[in-house]
Formats: sequence, C-alpha cells, structure tokens
Amino acid sequence: MSLKKKISMTVNGQLINAEVEPRRHLVDFLREDLHLKGPHLGCEQGACGACTVKVDGQIIRGCLFLAVQADGSVVETVEGLTKNGTLTDLQESFMRHNAMQCGFCSSGMLLAAAELIEQQPKATREQVREWISGNYCRCTGYHSIVDAIVDVLDARAKGQKIKPVVANA
Amino acid sequence: MKSAAFDYVKPKALQEALSLLEEAGEDARLIAGGQTLLATLNMRLSEPSVLIDITDIAELKGISVVGDSLRIGALVTHTEIEDSELVAKHAPLLKAAAPHIAHRAIRNLGTWGGSLAYGDPAAEWPACSLALRATMIIHGPAGERRISASDFFIDLYTTSLEPDEILVATEIPLASKQEVFYFHELARRHGDYAVAGLAAVAQKQGDVLSNCAFTFFSVGATPVMAKKAQDLVNGQKLSDELIAKAVAAARAEIEAIADITNSAEAKQHLIGVLLERGLKHMSA
Repeated sequence: MSLKKKISMTVNGQLINAEVEPRRHLVDFLREDLHLKGPHLGCEQGACGACTVKVDGQIIRGCLFLAVQADGSVVETVEGLTKNGTLTDLQESFMRHNAMQCGFCSSGMLLAAAELIEQQPKATREQVREWISGNYCRCTGYHSIVDAIVDVLDARAKGQKIKPVVANA
Repeated sequence: MKSAAFDYVKPKALQEALSLLEEAGEDARLIAGGQTLLATLNMRLSEPSVLIDITDIAELKGISVVGDSLRIGALVTHTEIEDSELVAKHAPLLKAAAPHIAHRAIRNLGTWGGSLAYGDPAAEWPACSLALRATMIIHGPAGERRISASDFFIDLYTTSLEPDEILVATEIPLASKQEVFYFHELARRHGDYAVAGLAAVAQKQGDVLSNCAFTFFSVGATPVMAKKAQDLVNGQKLSDELIAKAVAAARAEIEAIADITNSAEAKQHLIGVLLERGLKHMSA
C-alpha cells in the first residue's frame, strides 16, 4: 500500500504542498522532502527529543507525528526560528556556556528550552532540569545546558539581553 | 525504525468515525495524540491497515462543567489538563499528576482519552480516573453507554471498550471543599514511567479522613485500589498507629508484579512508602 495523500502546511513561513505516504513521519518529511536538516532523528520512538519541532505553536516529537497529521498546520523548525530571532538569546547563551559538543541534540534542546522560557518564565534550576530531561544529551552531562538556560531566564527577568560571544561583523 | 505502510482517514464527525471503525474491523486503529501508537508503529509492534484520525471530531474536545461533574473530552491533551483552571479548581489531583506524564513535547499531543483507552497500568490517568470515581462515556453502534472507571480497567492494556466503540469523554464529580488529595510517583528520572505511584483522594474533616480512594499504579496489571487500607482509615482519627496499620494492610492486599528492572518485593515496599507519605500529607 503506497497510496499517497495530498497535504499542505506552512513550514517556516512558506506554504508547502506535497504528497506523502501516510506512514511518513514529520521529521522524515522535513529532512528528506524539504531538506531541512535541523530537526534530527535519534531513537524514532519518542525517547530522545532530537526530532523536536513546533507544530501550531507547541513543541512536539517529530518522530511521533505523521506528516499527514500536520496537514493544515503551521510547522516551525530550528532553521525558521533562528532566522526570525526567536532563539537568538538561547543560542548566544549556549555558545557562551559551551552548551553543546557534538551538537546533535542542540536543535531539540533549543526548542524545548524556548517553550520553557515562554511557559515558565520563573522556572527554577530544578524545573529547568526536569523540563529538559525529555531531551537526551550524551556529551555535556547537561550542566552547561542548564547553566545556559538559567542565564537566559535570569536575563529575561531583568529585562536584559545575552551579549553575543562573537560581535556581528 | 520506520512503520509498515497503512492507509489514513480523518473523519469529521463521530458517526462517520464509528462507521469507518465498523467497516475496517480489527485491522484499524484510532489515532488521537498517537504518542504511544506511533512509537509502537515505528517499532513494528503493530501493523494496522488503516489509521482513523479522530482529532477533528468536535464532540470529543473540551473541558466543561456539566451539572455537578467535570466533563473532560477524550481529545483533551495532557497539557490542556496541566494548564486548565477548571481542572485546577474541580479536579486538582489531575493538575498535580499532569507534569509527571512524560515530557512537555509529548504532553502537547498525548490525550486523556488515549491514555484511558490504552489502559497502561503504569500510566497516570487510569489511576487518577479510578481515584476520582470517573464515569466513562462511550459511543458505539448501539448508541451511548456509561461505565464507571472501576469496571473499565479489566487487565493489562485491556479495558471494557469494544473494538467498534469510541471513548468520547469522562465525567468526574466536582471536588468538594473538604477534598484533599495526594499524587506522587517514584521514578528513576522525571518523566519516566513510575516504579510505583499513588493517586489518593479523601474528604477531610478535622483530623478524620473519609471516602478514601487510594489508587496505586505501576504495581499490577491494572491500577489497583487499596480497599482494606481505605476501610481502615475511613472515619477514624488519623494517628501514627493507624497509618502503620493502613500501610501494612495495603502491602498485604496488593499483589505487586515485578517489571523488567524492579522486583515485586521492591514495589510492595514502595506501596507502603507512598501510602505513609500520602496519609501524612493529606492529614497535615
């Protein structure tokens, strides 16, 4: 059975029309059909969080969501959210704290962290740890990632911006 | 891994979904949030011929107060429960439990009805629905039927839902002013399935608890009520001695089942730990 379904969705601000097999999950669609390599595939069973993307304003597991389910939705990936500046503070903070090593989990971490900052602007360090426990990082031991997120929470609470590590040329 | 191929349909109305379900027979699966289903499909533990996506069906959505009950539609997500003021006011146990369900990205899609219909004994909602004496509202070819949570969970991943039926919503009696509750689960990592958990509700007057419902999860094939412990506590003045008796009763009456990493003995022990903490919390 390879009956394809017609779908349309907005991905990073652009209207996309496509035909997909129902079994194609959203991250494969984004990576293979749309060539967006920001969302990563890790476990493909919902455990690791590397595939985190936003659908209709909320983070989801891209491997536990079918492309056909996203028909009519607004999808945002790390590429789009980088371009529109949503993640700038977090990205600067991640760089400042060296909160990535191989970088495989970073796109998912950034999206999860951004939703935490939006939902729980007063989150404690403990709550930050709980929240990002859904995203696996196998290099950093999480410490620097937690530091980076807590710094953004602090800066936001004080109405400050995270200073760029590298000045814009 | 990738799933095997399947067809996909998205009905707009409940009747249409019921007809599709009847037509497709046992090879069909309903999909709502899909947070368990998609993982099992990806691992090819299940190979349905067609997924019937019920997320467009309006009758299955929303949280509302209906008479003296809180109605929670089957499609309400864990996040909606976590963030709902109606839930916080009328079923505070659910608000306390929600953050323990996996992680936010999963709570954003996973649904109340999906969790109940799947009947995972390690899941939070089956235990909470039992403790809160929920009524399941089910639609099938013969129309609507209602069944209490205590008759709904039959065995491991087995509920009284027939293959041609759809869980539409549940109704939960509104919390009274005297209601006290306790929710806790012991897990290796926040968001993991619990090694053992307790969802407890009671009515409190002075230092006496009544109408107790102590529901344990992740210890047996279904969520289980500690009925003897409840009977011991009901209407009695709570003391250290009574708590010790209730703990012993709960450990004796619930036969815990081991899982892949935890022995039955460990779980039996944790049942008592949770109940002691719960009773101290609810009587404080």
